[in-house]
Amino acid sequence: MLAYIIRRVLYAIPILVGVNLITFLLFFIVNTPDDMARMQLGTKRVTPDAIEKWKADHGYDKPLFWNAKEKSLTKTIFFEKSLKLFAFDFGAAEDGRDIANEIATRMWPSLALALPVFLVGLAVNITFAMLMAFFRATYLDFWGVVLCVAMMSISALFYIIGGQYVASKVWHLVPISGFDSGLQAVKFLVLPALIGVIAGIGSGGRWYRTLFLEEMSRDYVRTARAKGLAEATVLFRHVLKNAMIPILTGVVVVIPLLFMGSLLSESFFGIPGLGSYTIDAIQAQDFAVVRSMVFIGSLLYIAGLLLTDLSYTLVDPRIRLE
Amino acid sequence: MRVLPRIFLISLLFLAGCEGAWNDPYGESGRGGMTLYSSFAERPKHLDPVQSYTEDEAHFTQQIYEPLLQYHYLKRPYELIPLTTLDVPRARAIEGGKYTVYDVRIRPGIMYQPHPAFIAENLSLDRGRVESLQSPYQLPLGTRELVADDYIYQIKRLAHPRLHSPIGGLMYEYIVGLADFAKKAKLEDKGGWLDLRQFPLEGVERIDSHTFRIKVRGSYPQFVYWLAMPFFAPVPWEAEKFFSQPGMAEKNFTLDWWPVGTGPYMLAENNPNARMVLERNPNFRGEPYPSQGEPADAKNGLLADAGKTMPFVDRVVFSREKEAIPYWNKFLQGYYDASGIGSDQFDQAVRMSIEGDATVTPEMEEKGIRLTTSVAASIGYVAFNWDDAVVGGSSERARKLRQAISIAFDIEEQINIFANGRGIAAQGPVAPGIFGYREGREGINPVVYDWVDGKPQRKPIEAARKLLAEAGYPNGRDAKTGQPLVLYLDTVSRSPGDKAVFDWYRRQFEKLSIQLEIRPTDWNRFQEKVRKGATQIFRLGWNADYPDPENFLFLLYGPQSRARSQGENASNYANTEYDALFERMKNMPNSAERQRIIDRMIEIVRRDAPWIWGTHPKEYSLRHVWLANDKPNNMARNNIKYLKVDTGKRAALRAQWNKPIVWPVVLIVLLLIASGVPAVLSYRRRERMAARPA
Repeated sequence: MLAYIIRRVLYAIPILVGVNLITFLLFFIVNTPDDMARMQLGTKRVTPDAIEKWKADHGYDKPLFWNAKEKSLTKTIFFEKSLKLFAFDFGAAEDGRDIANEIATRMWPSLALALPVFLVGLAVNITFAMLMAFFRATYLDFWGVVLCVAMMSISALFYIIGGQYVASKVWHLVPISGFDSGLQAVKFLVLPALIGVIAGIGSGGRWYRTLFLEEMSRDYVRTARAKGLAEATVLFRHVLKNAMIPILTGVVVVIPLLFMGSLLSESFFGIPGLGSYTIDAIQAQDFAVVRSMVFIGSLLYIAGLLLTDLSYTLVDPRIRLE
Repeated sequence: MRVLPRIFLISLLFLAGCEGAWNDPYGESGRGGMTLYSSFAERPKHLDPVQSYTEDEAHFTQQIYEPLLQYHYLKRPYELIPLTTLDVPRARAIEGGKYTVYDVRIRPGIMYQPHPAFIAENLSLDRGRVESLQSPYQLPLGTRELVADDYIYQIKRLAHPRLHSPIGGLMYEYIVGLADFAKKAKLEDKGGWLDLRQFPLEGVERIDSHTFRIKVRGSYPQFVYWLAMPFFAPVPWEAEKFFSQPGMAEKNFTLDWWPVGTGPYMLAENNPNARMVLERNPNFRGEPYPSQGEPADAKNGLLADAGKTMPFVDRVVFSREKEAIPYWNKFLQGYYDASGIGSDQFDQAVRMSIEGDATVTPEMEEKGIRLTTSVAASIGYVAFNWDDAVVGGSSERARKLRQAISIAFDIEEQINIFANGRGIAAQGPVAPGIFGYREGREGINPVVYDWVDGKPQRKPIEAARKLLAEAGYPNGRDAKTGQPLVLYLDTVSRSPGDKAVFDWYRRQFEKLSIQLEIRPTDWNRFQEKVRKGATQIFRLGWNADYPDPENFLFLLYGPQSRARSQGENASNYANTEYDALFERMKNMPNSAERQRIIDRMIEIVRRDAPWIWGTHPKEYSLRHVWLANDKPNNMARNNIKYLKVDTGKRAALRAQWNKPIVWPVVLIVLLLIASGVPAVLSYRRRERMAARPA
């Protein structure tokens, strides 16, 4: 297994270089270094000298990929800005703040929201799907599916605005937005977490129901029933266990990405996490932050895929990673 | 199934245990003393007074830093008064007018806020000590008196090789020796702390510990306005040295993020992602509340605190609100003391009388919310590119075409449809409240308006069609070729909602049978097109830096052409007479002669019509009944020291408005449990069911 892990880690390197390259290309197709300078310096009274000075100070006065003047690949923006990421040297944002420090600070609020949504959401979705599967072909199953389709069709923004309106504005139960440290954070997280869970029930419930129904049609389930096991035992001890591989495929891969936060919820609920950090950076044309967040996102996704593969060996003894 | 009710019960007990309203977004630390609650949408980029230039940042920097001068809070037109000086420095011409000098006398006894930079031992910390800090304020704090050297140091920082001052380029032209100073400092810069005290600056001379002299090239009367901006706020050299120590930048401890000032407030909590907190500077000398203002100020209670020592508020909590809906709802719940009004909330907040006066709606009135309005010192306009072959240039044909379009383009309708009536149609480049602006009949643009029944009335569309025909485009077609006239408008498109605006633009041109092609693009490309002069017609705006007509009229000054010299004249307008008059006017004090010149300049540009004169936006703001002394001031942002909060009234009203309603939640939980009952019963029945016969 160790050889497998090492091989996958080595595979990750060209993927990360590719992601870096694509991010770099996409960013600089839309924004030139001059645009970045203007964005940072403002639009009033900006002289060409000031722009040149900003570019020189921030290392954007060099060619993008190939420095023909110096005949060098290393004295380029791509080499100096993007390849440092492999040493986890994120540098400073264009406003001068240290990116590593920002990430270390902001990943906790992101996690504080994403983790309960993930865990409670998983439990609720699986339970709801199990119920629908148990009562398959009854009115409960029918209305459950209808409810799921309806919930899937509603925009996440509607859940957020509706939730804020009802729970905070009309019922005055929790703050509309904001964040605080420690236990004080709980009252700010209750509503976004609840909305996150509810918003995910539609798609999650349907997906898991399909998995469970497929498993329930297999021979071993018939055998379990034939030997007189209670339906709950059949479902939770046998069906759930055997449905774990497709469940893990969708679940484990997102675990590392929980650190990255939610773009929409963090903005609307004023949670100072990495999701809103990324959005701010895109709006501010802050390439230093954008490339760092894309790099970390890619890295975590690759880690998630590796973890998924490893988790298969835990739930299915037939699987061997070689 | 027993777990859920328990969680619910525990949650209710937890919320019940919370002090105050359940939806109160401020923790324990937010209570006690006189606290003002405000918000910010954009995270500040810079809090260093040499770099900061945006309004969002000014809300913080102008409470902390004290430039030499400030604007009178209540008087209009805007009046400069001393802040840290004994008087407003007077310009004195020397060497036959080749230079102007300003002698600046600092008020003695002004102390800096408590800060670790003023303790000598804190200027040589080891990296380990720095890394253990959560805040610079964990170190021993000291202070010292403000001296002239601090202002001199800051003026030198305008030319710091590693800082990017937006006005650096402008000041190089005026402050004697500043450009050379920048070159020398760049040569000497070896990284780390660059002690600017070691390099002399010719144009800034220390007279004594509390007096210094600034020498400016030629005459530049507007220079004194810059002295009221944070670019000319004092920065102690110790602060720069303190923050340049190894390990500080990695902890985000920089002067750019931890301001050190003499103002009424100091930055106590610096989390630009969520919350910024200002606290009263214990070393602040105190300043008397103004005892004079406009005639209506006394009636509005704005002079009730005349002579009392400011600041009144002890603490200011700025929470980050990126989205308009939560922000607005929190204001209605009483968690923000004042608020602007977004387009989506306008109808909920404001109603317009038949006479066109704005008042709050009954819903707002019931809460005691009050409305204040003010016309901003800014202008939004539609520009014609003077270099364009069709709409630009000084030919009679092009002039009449621009005039015809100016008449057809119904600004009043635009203000009513897209700005809820929040604006006034501009009659020229100068905004109301600025010297040179004329009210009433003599202030209207006779090219576009007639004076009818005591008010301006847009000329009929027939007048525009006549001008268009005279320009060689009868019925919107080129008289020579018979081809329809097609014009192009470049603009920034931010959302699908812009389509309605674009359609409205097309309709304005259709009145003259002109086809308008809209070329929406992103901000970067739009700026690039304007810079290169690759536009025909485009939208743009300008916010005044200071209340002087020069700051508007220079937007049409030929040598400021954007395409030719990267200046602020985005339409690239050029008129020899206008330019000559501008050069005379810009160096004159406000006088009848200056007004006469401005009148002539405005007459020229009205006739040439390089802009469709657009709108001066009207700012509407709401404030709760407990907030006092709030008066809009478009020039100054150091307004917090004047504000006062009745905290008792606020607490009572917040409690009244935010009583938690729990019964719907209980009902929902009961319904959920009830809906599970048939499922449980069905499950049991199925489990107990006997095997069916084959």
